[in-house]
Amino acid sequence: MAELDQPEPRKRLVRLRLNGTWREDAVADDELLVDYLRENVGLTGTKTGCDGGECGACTVLIDGAAVPACVTLAIRCDGRSVETIEGLADGGRLHRLQRAFHEKLGTQCGFCTPGMIMAAEGLLRRQPHPSDAEIRTALSGNLCRCTGYVKIIESVRAAADADG
Amino acid sequence: MTTDTAPARGVPLIDGIEKVTGRARYTADLEHRGAFIGRILRSPVSHGEIVRLDVSRARALEGVVAVVTGADCRHPYGVLPVAMNEFPLAHDKVRYRGEPVAAVAAVDAETAERALRLIEFEVRELPAYYDADSARAEGAVRLHENKADNLERAVHHVFGDPAAGFAEADLVREAALDCAEVNHAQIEPHAALAEYDPLTDRLTMQSVSQVTFYLHLMLARCLEMSESQIRVIKPFVGGGFGARVEVLNFEIVTALLARAAQGRVLMELSREENFLTHRARPQTRVKLKLGLKRDGRITACECEVVQRGGAYAGYGIVTILYAGALLQGLYDIPAVKYDGYRVYANLPPCGAMRGHGGVNTRHAFEVLLDRMARELGLDPFEVRRRNLLRAPTRTLNDLMVNSYGLGDCLDRVERASGWHERRAHMPPGKGLGMACSHYVSGAAKPIHWTGEPHAVVNVKLDWDGSITALTGAPDIGQGSSTMVAIVVAETLGLPLDRIRVIAADSAVTPKDNGAYSSRITFMVGNAAIDAARQLKQRLIVAAARKMGQKPDEVECVGGVFQSLVVPEAAMTFTDAVKEALVDQGTLTVKGTFTCPPESQGGKHKGGAVGSTMGFSYGAQVVEVSVDAATGQITVDKVWVALDCGYAINPLAVQGQVQGSVWMGLGQALCEETRYLEGLPAHASLLEYRVPTIVESPPIEVHIVESIDPLGPLGAKEASEGALAGFAPALVAAVANAVGVDMDALPVTPDRLIEALVELRRRARRQAQSGAAP
Repeated sequence: MAELDQPEPRKRLVRLRLNGTWREDAVADDELLVDYLRENVGLTGTKTGCDGGECGACTVLIDGAAVPACVTLAIRCDGRSVETIEGLADGGRLHRLQRAFHEKLGTQCGFCTPGMIMAAEGLLRRQPHPSDAEIRTALSGNLCRCTGYVKIIESVRAAADADG
Repeated sequence: MTTDTAPARGVPLIDGIEKVTGRARYTADLEHRGAFIGRILRSPVSHGEIVRLDVSRARALEGVVAVVTGADCRHPYGVLPVAMNEFPLAHDKVRYRGEPVAAVAAVDAETAERALRLIEFEVRELPAYYDADSARAEGAVRLHENKADNLERAVHHVFGDPAAGFAEADLVREAALDCAEVNHAQIEPHAALAEYDPLTDRLTMQSVSQVTFYLHLMLARCLEMSESQIRVIKPFVGGGFGARVEVLNFEIVTALLARAAQGRVLMELSREENFLTHRARPQTRVKLKLGLKRDGRITACECEVVQRGGAYAGYGIVTILYAGALLQGLYDIPAVKYDGYRVYANLPPCGAMRGHGGVNTRHAFEVLLDRMARELGLDPFEVRRRNLLRAPTRTLNDLMVNSYGLGDCLDRVERASGWHERRAHMPPGKGLGMACSHYVSGAAKPIHWTGEPHAVVNVKLDWDGSITALTGAPDIGQGSSTMVAIVVAETLGLPLDRIRVIAADSAVTPKDNGAYSSRITFMVGNAAIDAARQLKQRLIVAAARKMGQKPDEVECVGGVFQSLVVPEAAMTFTDAVKEALVDQGTLTVKGTFTCPPESQGGKHKGGAVGSTMGFSYGAQVVEVSVDAATGQITVDKVWVALDCGYAINPLAVQGQVQGSVWMGLGQALCEETRYLEGLPAHASLLEYRVPTIVESPPIEVHIVESIDPLGPLGAKEASEGALAGFAPALVAAVANAVGVDMDALPVTPDRLIEALVELRRRARRQAQSGAAP
């Protein structure tokens, strides 16, 4: 029965800035950021599409950089800024990437879309006018099974060309 | 008639904003606080008799609320009424590694997983078969007692006189091609949330299904509940491609657990379990023989197909029938012989995948046709043009063809790709290839024959002037709800934003057979138009009454009801609604669509499969660069034309065509499932290689509109027809680039290098024998 007697994972307080607002939560040492977002906070826009680091559907921004939340421990986000798809739209207006993905059909089933948009946002913040090759590189860890990526590239390009 | 390629007119998805904001709730996102967590115990062996299954220790573990086994469900289930041979949890025997044998619901995932480890499971192993040949070999143990030689279904069809056709041919050639098993790999993993209320004996099921009606049927059957006590709701679904066109074991298991736990159970499958629950395109060997006249006219076709179907029936019979039926309907072929064999093996069951049944035979056909054209010195486009059908017509196997835009498709991609100017002058290592394909717009004969219409749509108009279309058709990302909104809006002459669509909730929406065989646009679209027309007529009658006009003298344009006789007599939509509701209250009209008998296929056995209201037609040109040193193929560009009848939403048609071509690209270049003694060696998205954005080419879409006489606004399907053309066009492009004919899919670098080495060896041998005759 030894295998059944696993110690309870330790919890600690984590303070992070989530979509612009500081908050504090008790988080288990082994809790993944994606589970923290989905189960603790209730932000289900961030998706789980694989068994860890395969598909990119859980991509969020940590201090502005795109990171898969399914291979990131929540406790590692202490003191840092985490942004999810829910934080993008501002004041009742779609973010330019959201608008472009919507209007250009960069989304079909939509399951990869939040991760795809967050990865693209990470790119546009460091490279506001990316080439097609830069778009491809930045999104190479995000799988989409619907679009063949053609309209995803068009969407990112349209967002980059759009104001603000 | 054709339309221009870019930019696409059309509208975004009506649920697109939910998707881009993250608000869309997929099954795993549904509120599930307090729900129990389900987990499944799976067989560690490929084939064996269950000797002991003891769940008592699991049941005793604190936090475990339910444990279920095969004993909790005595009915087999399956998508075909004639082939239900699978239990949600194994009975007596297990037939593939990973088959569910027991399941647990517990207060949390950790407890459920601990409970699984406490289940004692003993199996007496039996010989297992991982390929069709060994499963069919003499003396092989039967997977299913009633199926000799592990043959699920043999199909033998002969149309016309193949022997005479081959005798008449100037060139007869054969080819044998192997296509690996491939997987849907939809990005949303399988999940289900089931709630059983013991006080009312009611079950509510929310799942990733493409076929909520079949799920409803099978839940009632397996749980021995009245259908009326069950409600099935489809949340947002993250792709299907056929993965969810039959009821899956985990869905029934989740419901069994919910009832046993007398509560709510959430089941989320891991990506590995998704591969075990795959139902995808089977490994297929196609042997094909074609006869051609010198001018390229096809005289006869003979085809043998062997599919390794996995351990249970699933859609297998339909798949093996499609593989034969869809040899026809694309070209005019005077004689066809088809022998198909669907074989059981100790692997996870295969099923339907985008282009169901037709993809691998189409691949073989196009590849062989291309090679024979080369031998005869004919251009690949010309050989196709020599064999075009003329609509309206019926094929030898009695498939109805009322519209046929393949000729236009050929013209479009030939021109757009610069085929004739460029093909003869490609730089070293670069090549162009082309191929054609087609697919049904809905199976004209439903699987569960009830005599009901093929589709029913309700449209509700209420006092607030809003219109709600209610359809059972599951939108799984293909945009079917948007299609319904567009045809209702266009029929009524109203802006799109006045229409809401509620889809796939059995308590609210009319029954629908589901999202499969590309049936929704044709069938549900027609039913939606029927409903909208009736509603429009009710409004016209009301407006005419109020204005003192005759109904046939009033027209509705842009939401205004206008007398055709008295120009000043006009009425706003709002006023017409008020008038229409007098004495009536809320209006709900029902539209239906039924496929006429002549669309439902021939009288021969299996003749219903392949029958459809109309086929989409596609042609594509693929340009590749081949690195002969590494075997790496880069697809530089694809030009594809699809005859979808009429593009109700051209933006969505483009998206569907790009997605289907790209899925063909995955099968052609890198996707392949592999098993080591029945253990999947591909069960993650890193090992099962789907193309990333880096290796995905630009895909230029040309929409051809042949205006089908029976299609909704003339439309046919657009989501599957282009897929099957990619792989043969790629193989032709590789041949054009480096001179090797590839016989196996996917064309991986190692296979290509092997073929190139063999080519050089052969050239050397020829040179040597030439030097010393």
